Amino acid sequence: MAIIRIPPVLRPSVGGEREVTAEGATVGEVLNNLVGAHPATRDQLFGEDGGLNRYVNVYLNDEDVRVLDGLDTVVSGADGLVILPAMAGGASLSR
Amino acid sequence: MTQSGSELLRHVKEQIKEVDPSEVAQLLGEGVVVVDCRETEELAAGMLPGALHIPRSYLETRIEGVVPDRSQRVILYCASGIRSAFGAHTLMADMGYSDVESMAGGFTLWKDRGYEVQVPRSFTAEQRERYSRHLLVPEVGVEGQQKLLDARVLLLGAGGLGSPTALYLAAAGVGTLGIVDDDVVDLSNLQRQVIHTTDRIGTPKVDSAAETIKALNPDVAVVGYPTRLDASNIMDIIQGWDIIVDGVDNFPTRYLLNDASIRLGIPVVSAAILGFEGQLSVFAPGRGPCYRCLFRQPPPAEMAPSCGANGVLGVLPGTMGLLQATEVIKLIIGAGDPLIGRLLMYDALAASFTELKVRQDPECPICSRDPNEIADEELGVFPDYEAFCAASG
Repeated sequence: MAIIRIPPVLRPSVGGEREVTAEGATVGEVLNNLVGAHPATRDQLFGEDGGLNRYVNVYLNDEDVRVLDGLDTVVSGADGLVILPAMAGGASLSR
Repeated sequence: MTQSGSELLRHVKEQIKEVDPSEVAQLLGEGVVVVDCRETEELAAGMLPGALHIPRSYLETRIEGVVPDRSQRVILYCASGIRSAFGAHTLMADMGYSDVESMAGGFTLWKDRGYEVQVPRSFTAEQRERYSRHLLVPEVGVEGQQKLLDARVLLLGAGGLGSPTALYLAAAGVGTLGIVDDDVVDLSNLQRQVIHTTDRIGTPKVDSAAETIKALNPDVAVVGYPTRLDASNIMDIIQGWDIIVDGVDNFPTRYLLNDASIRLGIPVVSAAILGFEGQLSVFAPGRGPCYRCLFRQPPPAEMAPSCGANGVLGVLPGTMGLLQATEVIKLIIGAGDPLIGRLLMYDALAASFTELKVRQDPECPICSRDPNEIADEELGVFPDYEAFCAASG
């Protein structure tokens, strides 16, 4: 089981929670279980090919899973996952 | 035992090593720390190039901040070699430093022999008072304050993030601040954009910010760009600035800025905010990953709300903007560990900071290449850029 940190843009899809927990032995399993519990997160996390969307970063603790084993990265009980989509809030300089 | 001053000096000099200016001239820039221990008023005639300044009266209390390694070779000098002899003796005998020498004849002999002298910018009495709390910090000091006064920092936006950043950089004495913003002050801005005031509603933000900055610190020159950043003007606008502070609200401009800043080799201190959360990182070309390494692609429009549409806690851009200002000052004075290769996330509701590693992407389409080979038409471009822009409206 892992604690998953949910970014502001995904919170409406998980009932407003900032953190949720999900079972799984790998990052992929944990995220699939998250999607199972909160189907609205599917399109935001995964592309049509089943891989992570390129605009979403997932970190196991503080490391990007892309430099680990991606969705196959092993998750242990004490680990935390961080889902990080890019944010761009700030000053309006061009449109 | 009672000793006269001259006897004490002779006694001290017997116990320390003195080094001749000719030898010091050979050692400059060779890993030796040279400390000028004269009083501040004595520096107007110049210092040894690269020397650090700690007045003799503060030597014991500040040396550890400047030279934490007690085995580091240190050469002290004063005007004639007396104060530096006493200082060297104290550091060796009482503080455990193992390799401290005093320059014989001091600055006077150095200058008489015609060795190179670096004349520091002389601060006015008002500047010495204004920046006195900086001058007291070893990591800033006279040298750091000079760097701040010489620095040119470009702020993208005088909005939520840019307001606090501009205020504190101006207060710190950053000599030239550029501000890019084509907006006018609106009543709804004032909940967070603290550089503007109620009586300036309707005034261009660039002018309003310049007015506040001038009132706060007349040392600061403000260069205003009342325009929107786009591919046609970005190279002209950002060229020649030392550091760029990015807090723009949309992805096309962030990627455009990233690519242009890599081409020109300018570090970007970047922050983003949404609701109760902020992100902060420093993208320094040649020293770490870039924005594209962190976020390979911009999200589609439905995943990319801007704070205009979603709201933001008014103090949050203050917090994040001041973290940006802190990183800017660290880059200018060269102190500490800048937030390069790291992303700091701040969750205001949880009152927690989370740090994530940002890895350089060896296949990054921009920063893995020779900057000179990045063409104008590639700046801010994605293979599906047109579709993305159309979707984001």
